[in-house]
Amino acid sequence: MISIGETLRVGMQALGRNKMRAALTALGIIIGVAAVICMVAIGEGAQTRVRAQIEGAGTNVLMVMSGSSVGGGMRGGMGSQPTLTWDDLRAIQTELPTVRAASPQARTMSQVVSDTTTWTTTIYGVTPDFFAIRNWAIVRGTALTASDQAGAAKNLLIGQTVSEKLFGASADPVGQTVRIRNAPYTVIGVLDKKGQAGMGQDQDDAVFIPISAYTTRVQGGLSKFIPGMIYISAVSSDLIDDAKRDIESLLRTRHRLDLEQENDFSVISMSEMTGTLTSAMSTMTALLSSIALVSLVVGGIGVMNIMLVSVTERTREIGIRMAVGAQPGDILLQFLVEALVLAIIGGAIGVLLGWGAAALVAKSFGWTTTIRTDIVLLALGVSGLVGVIFGIYPARKASLLDPIEALRYE
Amino acid sequence: MAAAAARPAVSLAMALIELQQVSRIYRSGDTEFAALDKVDLTIEQGEFVAITGSSGSGKSTLMNIIGCLDRPSSGVFRLNGRDAAKLTRVELAQLRNQTIGFVFQSFNLLARTAAMDNVELPLIYAKVPAAERHRRSTEALERVGLGHRSRHLPSQLSGGQQQRVAIARAIVSRPPLILADEPTGNLDTVTSIDIMNLLTELCVKEGITVVLVTHEQDIASFARRQLVLRDGKIIRDERKPEKLT
Repeated sequence: MISIGETLRVGMQALGRNKMRAALTALGIIIGVAAVICMVAIGEGAQTRVRAQIEGAGTNVLMVMSGSSVGGGMRGGMGSQPTLTWDDLRAIQTELPTVRAASPQARTMSQVVSDTTTWTTTIYGVTPDFFAIRNWAIVRGTALTASDQAGAAKNLLIGQTVSEKLFGASADPVGQTVRIRNAPYTVIGVLDKKGQAGMGQDQDDAVFIPISAYTTRVQGGLSKFIPGMIYISAVSSDLIDDAKRDIESLLRTRHRLDLEQENDFSVISMSEMTGTLTSAMSTMTALLSSIALVSLVVGGIGVMNIMLVSVTERTREIGIRMAVGAQPGDILLQFLVEALVLAIIGGAIGVLLGWGAAALVAKSFGWTTTIRTDIVLLALGVSGLVGVIFGIYPARKASLLDPIEALRYE
Repeated sequence: MAAAAARPAVSLAMALIELQQVSRIYRSGDTEFAALDKVDLTIEQGEFVAITGSSGSGKSTLMNIIGCLDRPSSGVFRLNGRDAAKLTRVELAQLRNQTIGFVFQSFNLLARTAAMDNVELPLIYAKVPAAERHRRSTEALERVGLGHRSRHLPSQLSGGQQQRVAIARAIVSRPPLILADEPTGNLDTVTSIDIMNLLTELCVKEGITVVLVTHEQDIASFARRQLVLRDGKIIRDERKPEKLT
C-alpha cells in the first residue's frame, strides 16, 4: 500500500476536482463545530460572569431566608413561609460578634411614575446598612439615613437604569418627585452602576426605599415577620463560616427548635450561591452544546451522503486506479482520507467561525464569552471522528468494487 | 517486490502468458455458461498478438483473465511465471501494477486531471518517489509524442491524443505486457493507424508484448499472430511470416 502522505495528496487532488461540492459538504461540519464552540463559549462566559459578580458582591455576604412551609404533604420552597422576625434581625445585629451588619430586604414589582413618564421596576425595602453590606456606592445625592428609616421617610435611592428611564440619561434626578402606588417620594440619591447580576437581570433597574416605608406603604404583611430576607456581612471573609454557624445556632435557639427538627430558615453564603448558579449554568451549557453536537452529527451524515454519491460517480475512476495497481486498501484509505480531510478542514473553519460568532455575541450583547482550548480540541476531535465513522462505509464500499464492473461502469 | 527501476526480469525459459485448460464459467440460476471453455494458450515475450472474434465469443473474458482482473473458474493461468489463481487481491493488484499496462477503448483517463498526473498513476501505486515519477512520466509522454501536452486535461485533447496519453500510462512502469482492449474503437481510421503504428513500434523496438483485442480485421492485421475465438474456444491461431513493419 502507498504511504499516507501520498494518499493525502491523491485525496486532495480528488477533492480539488470538485471544489464546490467539497465546500458544501464541509459546510455541515463547519456549522456543527461553530455551533458547539459558540454555545460553549457563551455558556462558559456566563459562568465566569456569575462567579465574578457574586464574588464582586462580597465574599463576606450571607443571606438568611425564611423557611419552607409544609402543608398537606406539600413542601414549599425557601421563603414560602415567613419565619424571620424583626426581633431575630435585631438579635443578629446585636448579639453576634462575627456579624458586622445586617439589613432586611423585601421586594416587589411596581410602577414608578415621574412627571413625564412611568417605569415598572423592582421596589426594594432596605435599611441604610444594606448598601454597605452590598458594597454599593452612591454617585449623586445622599444615602438613606437612620432617621429616614426611623421616620419611614418617603425618600428613595434609584439605580442608574431607573434614572435613565424616568429622567433621561443626562438629567440630574436628585430632588425630583416620583410616585409609587400613589404616594410621592423624593429622589435623594443615585446608586453606582452595578451591571447585570448572575442570571442576567439588570441590578440597576431598582428603586430603594426605607423598609419602614415599604411595610407601611407598599406591602404590609404580618407586622411581626420580615416580609423578605436578611442580608448580612460577616466581619471578614475568613469568618464567614463562623458567622454562618453563629446565625444558625442563634436562630435555632430563638425559634425554639429541638435537636431533631430541621431549620425553619436557611443561611446561604454567596460562595454557595455561586456553586448553585454555576452548576445550573453548566447544565444549560451542556444542554446547548449537546444540541450543537447533534448538528455536528447531521453534518457527518452529510459527509457520508456525499462520499457515497462520490463513490458511485467515481466508480470508473476506482476501476482505473485498480487496473493500474491500486490495492483495495489504497482505495479504502483514499476515500477515508477524503472524508477525513473534509471533516477536519470543516472543523478548523468551524472553530474560527464559532470563535468569531462568540466575539460578535460578546460585542453586540455585552456578554462575556470564553473560548476553552479543550473544547476547541474536543470539537476538532469529534469532527475528525465523524469523518472516520461516516467515511468508513463509503470507503469500504469503494474498495470492494470489482475492477471489471467498475471499468465498465458508465 | 523491488521498485521497478528496471523492467522486471523475464525468465527466458518461461512463457510470459500461459493458459492451460482455462475455463471461466458464469452461473445464473441453474444454467451454466462457459465464457471460456478449456483454453490452452501460450504467448512468449515480445509477441504481438491480436485476439478477434464476434461479440460473446469470450475475448473480453480472456482479456480480463490475462489482465488479472478476473480469475479462471478452472485451469491454470500463469503470468510471468506466477500462478494467478493462487494470488490474493492485493498480490493481483501488485502483479497488474508491475507486469501489465492497460489500454482501453474509452481511454479511461481520470477526468479533470492533467495528462502528466494520469500518466504517473501506476508509479504512485508502485511507490516510486515523486521526482523519479515526474522524470519517467515526462519520458513516457515524450515517447508517445505528447511531451508538449503534459499539463493539458483530457477534455483539451483529441481522441487520438487521449489514447496516446493512455499508452504513455501503460508503458510508464515499463511492464513486459500491454493489454489493449479495442484501442481504436473510438478513433477514426487515420488516427487508428497512428495508434497501431505506435503499438507496433513499442513491440518491435522495446520488446514489449502486445496483446490486442479487436473485432476489426484491419486492426488485427497489424499483429503478427492472430487468434480467433468462438464460443469460448480458440478456433484459429495463425502466425504471419516475418515481414517488414
